[in-house]
Amino acid sequence: MNAEGGDIVSFDNVGLRYGTEREILSDISFTLHPGGFYFLTGASGAGKTSMLKLLYLAQRPSRGAIRMFGTDVITLPRARLPLFRRRLGVVFQAFPLVPHLSAFANLALPLRVSGVREGELRQPVTDMLEWVGLAHRMEARPATLSGGEQQRVAIARAVIGRPDMLVADEPTGNVDPDMALKLLRLFEALNRLGTTVVVATHDVHLLRKVPDSLIMRLDKGRLSDPTGALRFPPRREPRRIAEADAR
Amino acid sequence: MKRPPVLARAAARSLVPFGGERAAALIPQGRFAGPMPWVIAIMVALTTIAAAGGLALSNLAGGANRQLSGAATVQIVEPLAPERERQARAAEAALAELPQVAGLRVVPKAELDALLAPWLGGGGTTGDAVPVPALIDVELRGPADAARLAELRRALAPVAPAARVAAQASWLGPVFAAIRSLQYLALALVLLLALPGAAAVWLAARSALGGNRATIEIVHLLGGTDAQIARIFQRSLGFDAAAGGAAGLTLGTIAVVLLGNQFAALGSGMIAGGGLALRDWLAIAAIPFAGVAIAMLTARLTVLAALRKML
Repeated sequence: MNAEGGDIVSFDNVGLRYGTEREILSDISFTLHPGGFYFLTGASGAGKTSMLKLLYLAQRPSRGAIRMFGTDVITLPRARLPLFRRRLGVVFQAFPLVPHLSAFANLALPLRVSGVREGELRQPVTDMLEWVGLAHRMEARPATLSGGEQQRVAIARAVIGRPDMLVADEPTGNVDPDMALKLLRLFEALNRLGTTVVVATHDVHLLRKVPDSLIMRLDKGRLSDPTGALRFPPRREPRRIAEADAR
Repeated sequence: MKRPPVLARAAARSLVPFGGERAAALIPQGRFAGPMPWVIAIMVALTTIAAAGGLALSNLAGGANRQLSGAATVQIVEPLAPERERQARAAEAALAELPQVAGLRVVPKAELDALLAPWLGGGGTTGDAVPVPALIDVELRGPADAARLAELRRALAPVAPAARVAAQASWLGPVFAAIRSLQYLALALVLLLALPGAAAVWLAARSALGGNRATIEIVHLLGGTDAQIARIFQRSLGFDAAAGGAAGLTLGTIAVVLLGNQFAALGSGMIAGGGLALRDWLAIAAIPFAGVAIAMLTARLTVLAALRKML
């Protein structure tokens, strides 16, 4: 759960346009709860990637308000944004890893950026590589890893800092169905520990694999929320976190 | 599915700045891979030569000024040789009595002949065919200013009416002016050479930024601050500048030593005063450090300016 104990993210009438083009996102309003699992769906060009950019603080909206961890991030000075980004994990479809760094160094990167001492890095990074089944490939460069392995390293890198929110853009787009399911299970495991997960996907089969998930459907830049569940979500006890800890 | 390990919370208790070799590894390191170290080397070599020239000229002017500031020349401009010699002896005696005169020397006639031989030919200046003034070098206690020269003139007027008194420094005024101009030129060269050096670093930093944009974006999204990212480039380009600076200093020093030996071989008294002292060499040795500082500052400002365009 996030430190403030409130909502992870809330969007209020957010719009986004690039330059003088028409709005790519219009009137977007929703709230993400701690421990929630969300799928962001929509056709190509619906604005999924733009929405994710707003979520992982790579883009400011043209209008509206965004609060993240209880703070208005629109008016937040640019110099303070890195502290917020360190509370997020981001996974891309193209799993960009630093090409000349080993899997271990790529995985250690968020911890190093956060200022974790070298002596305290080895164990968590090794543990995380074991978790994603790549302990034996820790010295391998990305170019020598398969697509699935690279994506697992990218996911491990996104979650090693135990982010409050994980944002994934088509994380299963470049892997086979078996690997896609495995990656989804990784997200679920992280979600059970309390991390809010947002996965953008156009794979409808994936949506049925996580029963407790909420679906955010984008259509031509507008968020479909017929029941109002996204804007005014029912409060849930963080039972899954408690269950996960009890296991 | 296993649970993911619980980690960073505990590890984050004692944080350290992201820097050093681990951070530098984010961008591929290739010493002397680009033109920047070589440009820095050339700039530092040229700056070393220009600075050494400026410092040598400064020493030369300072030494000459110190020698001549308290010196005056008394000329006895009298066409008749016997009278000229009488007035010269009388002037010598009168000057020796003055408390502000620390020392004096009547320039021997043979020495005058030798000085004039290149213009008047050998055989001396005996006889009155070419009347040459008698010269007395006077060393004063204090600078040869207008007041002291006036005192000399007052003392000489009764005994040597043909005496002309002038400060020696005034003869070399144009030379000193030329030396000062050369010093300013050397200083301007040193300053101007810093500009292409900084421009080379700016280009190198831009190029490195472009080549590593994906990595920078990753670090940026992972919460890396502008200062952290800038430090990575600053360090890398600083090392390149240090390598280039060391090479440039070596080349420049070799050139300065060779030039110094050439000038020393001229055997001119004035040029001999233009040697470099220990403090001058220390100043020259500081040039690559200044180059590295300029390079690192330029790299930092360039990277920070580029990063500010990202959110």
